[in-house]
Amino acid sequence: MFAQQLLNGLFLGAVYALFAVGYTLVFGVLDILNLAHAAIFTAAAFAAFSLVAAGVPLPAAFLLAAIFAGLLGILLDRVAFAPLRKRNAGTLVPLISSIGVAIIIGAVLRAVYGVDERHFTLGGLDTAPAIHLGPITFTTVELTIFLAAIALMVVLSWILRSTTLGRRIRAVADDRIAAALLGVDLEKTIAATFFIASSLGGAAGVLTGLEYNSVTLDMGGPIELKGLAVIILGGMGSITGAVIGGFILGAVETFAVAYGLSPWRDALVFGVMFVLLVARPTGLFGKRALRQA
Amino acid sequence: MPGALVDFYAKHSRLIDQIGVNALLALSLSVSLQAGQLALAQAAFMGIAAYVSAILAMQAHWPLIATILAAVLVSTVVAALLALPVRRLRGVFLAIATIGFGEIVRVFANNLSITGGAEGLSGIPNDATTPVIYGSLAVVAFVLFALSRTKFALAVTLVREDEHAARGVGVDVGMVRTLSLALGGAIAGLGGALYAHASFFLTPTDFGFARMEQILVWCVIGGVTSPLGAVIGAALLSILPEVIRFLSDWREVTNGVILLLVILFAPGGLSSLWRRGAIRVR
Repeated sequence: MFAQQLLNGLFLGAVYALFAVGYTLVFGVLDILNLAHAAIFTAAAFAAFSLVAAGVPLPAAFLLAAIFAGLLGILLDRVAFAPLRKRNAGTLVPLISSIGVAIIIGAVLRAVYGVDERHFTLGGLDTAPAIHLGPITFTTVELTIFLAAIALMVVLSWILRSTTLGRRIRAVADDRIAAALLGVDLEKTIAATFFIASSLGGAAGVLTGLEYNSVTLDMGGPIELKGLAVIILGGMGSITGAVIGGFILGAVETFAVAYGLSPWRDALVFGVMFVLLVARPTGLFGKRALRQA
Repeated sequence: MPGALVDFYAKHSRLIDQIGVNALLALSLSVSLQAGQLALAQAAFMGIAAYVSAILAMQAHWPLIATILAAVLVSTVVAALLALPVRRLRGVFLAIATIGFGEIVRVFANNLSITGGAEGLSGIPNDATTPVIYGSLAVVAFVLFALSRTKFALAVTLVREDEHAARGVGVDVGMVRTLSLALGGAIAGLGGALYAHASFFLTPTDFGFARMEQILVWCVIGGVTSPLGAVIGAALLSILPEVIRFLSDWREVTNGVILLLVILFAPGGLSSLWRRGAIRVR
């Protein structure tokens, strides 16, 4: 029972972590809260749905939807953040412009897809027999989602640690002006950051859609706010923190449900977040860990 | 009233009432933004007050004015109590903590039996008439105007512009922040109570994050540090969906595009267009 719940928590947590990593990456680099992240998450899920419905194999649809989300992220930056960056507009105004973009994305999705729930045609993946490993049981879909999320986070970690782009991103996160003086192209680096962050958010959207085999207009609502709890838990801007925070959230939710606290689950999550913010605003893993990622 | 005006009112009375309530909600956030606090719990204060006033009216059969006063009292106390733990938080951190508080309130509304759970309450006496709503708005406007000529307003501005300087000249920053949050809670509570009595139903989703975003957008579009701007922002953005109703499916898109254009071309909000030197909230 315990092992099974822990596993369920890991599965749930991997997707939370993937979503939160993109959320926190943008915050770490730009010090802004991007409230369009959940809208891109939803848009990617719909894109993957359309691709699969048009006959594209699921893995390809997944990657294409993530790339689409990444491009949407670059567009988001050009439209909502870049013009304000030039004017040094503080933190509140970009927050509002990201809400504006979120409204537009949500409205376009509603106009194109209507309000009905959509389901993936998984072609056998969903009917594959459950896998039993000692006391634990899981489905092929769950395992696929988990492995995909972990793989993407490993890729992100590699990019940030070992590539020139990663070093540039970390330099901009650390000190934008110093990075620019050292010859880092700020706008290009920020665009790359948005591409990476949004494609991860989009991938999380596709995986969430697969997890419940349901794609809806409001699927981004809960994760938008839970993602905030995750990045607070891990420390704003900390990639490692967001990953660990995602898994903690997944475990807390799973165990809350297992112990019959399901209706109060979210209050528990946000209660923990509130207490942590008040007691230790830098999160469990300190501030600015992105710089040392 | 001339006939045309009577017709206009009959046709749009619901929207007119909504604008009044929305203006109160925008003012409530504007009060805490003016003290430099990005505290996003207004929807929660509104919700708490809405439930208090609706429950007192439906179960205890209190008269309207008594339910409103009780609701405002409760939301003010809640806001003041919330101010204590968050007094060290600034900027985005304050925003997230208060968003979390709002979610907790929503979960309670969703699960308690007295609030009717997820189904909410229905059959609330519909007695918040247009004069009641606009009378309340006038009272709040008068109070805010009177406050704007006091030393308190000066302290609020100072705390927003430079907290260290404010401390340096002897301003009790914690007290200013607590008072401005409590005042915001009171106004949001008034808006919430009137919201409950102007609509028949009340559900937890009425006070979720979407509502909070909406209130924030009204304020920022109007101009964060201007109470008048907040009212204008609320009024214009409440009317806008009606004006562009003919766009049907693309109405929401247009709504978002207009919001984006205003914020990009007037980051200080609409009020900055007529008042030079609008100030940023960090």
